[in-house]
Amino acid sequence: MKFSTLLRHLREGSRNIIRNGWMSFASMSSIFISLFILGVFVLLAMNVNSMADQIESRVQIRVFLQTDVEQAKVTELQNKIGNLEEVSKVIIVSKEEGLNILRNSMGVENGDWLEGFNNENNPLPISYTVEVYDPQSIGTVASKIDGINKADETNPINQIKYGQGTIEMMFKVTNTVRNIGFVIVVGLGVTAMLLISNTIKMTIIARRREIGIMKLVGATNAFIRWPFFIEGALIGFVSSVLTTAAVLASYAQIIKVTKLDLSLMLFNLIPLQEAGTTTAMLIMGIGTLIGIWGSTISVRKYLKV
Amino acid sequence: MIEMHDIWKTYADGTHALRGVSVRIDRNEFVYVVGPSGAGKSTFMKLIYREEVPTKGQLSVNGFNIGKLKPRKIPYVRRNIGVIFQDFRLLPKLTIYENVAFAMEVIEAPRRVIKKRTMEVLDLVGLRHKHNSLPSQLSGGEQQRVSIARAIVNNPSVIVADEPTGNLDPETSAGIMNLLEEINFRGSTIIMATHNKEIVNSMRKRVIAIENGLIVRDEARGEYGYEI
Repeated sequence: MKFSTLLRHLREGSRNIIRNGWMSFASMSSIFISLFILGVFVLLAMNVNSMADQIESRVQIRVFLQTDVEQAKVTELQNKIGNLEEVSKVIIVSKEEGLNILRNSMGVENGDWLEGFNNENNPLPISYTVEVYDPQSIGTVASKIDGINKADETNPINQIKYGQGTIEMMFKVTNTVRNIGFVIVVGLGVTAMLLISNTIKMTIIARRREIGIMKLVGATNAFIRWPFFIEGALIGFVSSVLTTAAVLASYAQIIKVTKLDLSLMLFNLIPLQEAGTTTAMLIMGIGTLIGIWGSTISVRKYLKV
Repeated sequence: MIEMHDIWKTYADGTHALRGVSVRIDRNEFVYVVGPSGAGKSTFMKLIYREEVPTKGQLSVNGFNIGKLKPRKIPYVRRNIGVIFQDFRLLPKLTIYENVAFAMEVIEAPRRVIKKRTMEVLDLVGLRHKHNSLPSQLSGGEQQRVSIARAIVNNPSVIVADEPTGNLDPETSAGIMNLLEEINFRGSTIIMATHNKEIVNSMRKRVIAIENGLIVRDEARGEYGYEI
């Protein structure tokens, strides 16, 4: 193809958008609405996912030792637990730290309950905080720690706590939420594609006659296809840029509002920059592809005439 | 130039539109194709610009074997044939200039050449001053002149005109005929299907009459020969 012909196709493709004003507007609106809904759900799914991650990452095992365990034993146990493949970190919480943590968790009002205790008469045992790589493996790790305890004839561990029961329930909920989010996003993606390609098809059916005339004056199929291809890509791209702007502007607004009114909110929304890149690429990618795909498919059908 | 040898055309529904037609049309001829409605005139015309393919027989146009033409080659055959219809078939959203220039863009002519030649043919059909109008702003006769301009802009060797005056009043029709005669004079072969008795009888040219899918008459300076 000559360069001047390529320029001609670009010119014609963009002019066609103006010439077929209403049809272009219809396609763009349909792309905009479909992708907007998709974008909203993608952001929602991303945030639900991140919330689930945040909840899960707070999961840890607290291992309380008997009060009379020797220092050598404390180190030995720490190593044994630390050597488990699922475990990422084992932190020793000394008696003093334990007391401080307890004080803090009881707050200012009830703090005086612990008034009389100091380093001399600290009643608390030494404990470990165990963190794992995969939060969902926490139950297994807990029973392995229990196994270590049973293998040791002195039974140095008094108690293993990780929110048994509650945690399993929580994982069930977060997994379900993740799956539902994924299904909704995929479903919306497919719906958007069908809706948009249908609109583009209609605009091309309306131009069947035009294609017939082009063939009559001796235009090759490629020559006819190019401007349609460019038109479709432009419509897809422009509308997805508009959609991205609208979705992200709304999201920025939501972040702003939640920061003001819900500063005590349990979870953080994904920051705009991080969420924006993924969403923008997704929306613009799908939008442009759909534009090209819709116009290519429909033109091919009428080229056979 | 155009040679048909025992051409048959049977449509999917079983109608025999042409039943063994043989004819030869030479360079620079002016031919009327006449006959009752449904006799096979339109099929005869469509075969020439490869809108239809013959079911049987040999057909060559400008040296191309139409029956065995690869789809890829069709556009190149059509570039050498200008087609004019009763309903003009202009692109409604393009200006007069753009409609004519389009046929030249297709053959990838340089823009400068397109501009010069398009204005030249618009001049020839007398519509230079309306080159920025849309087809809907023109009268029927003017639209037909635009479609003629489009048909001749690439200097085709053959012009196929299917009832070009069918929608026009006698005065406008006379103008169109003068134009076609001028184009014929400049070297193009013209094949024109028509129901217009006055035109055929006043501009005496070769007349091919088709009835029931057969050529029943072929006269060098013929008459229309049917009562309307």
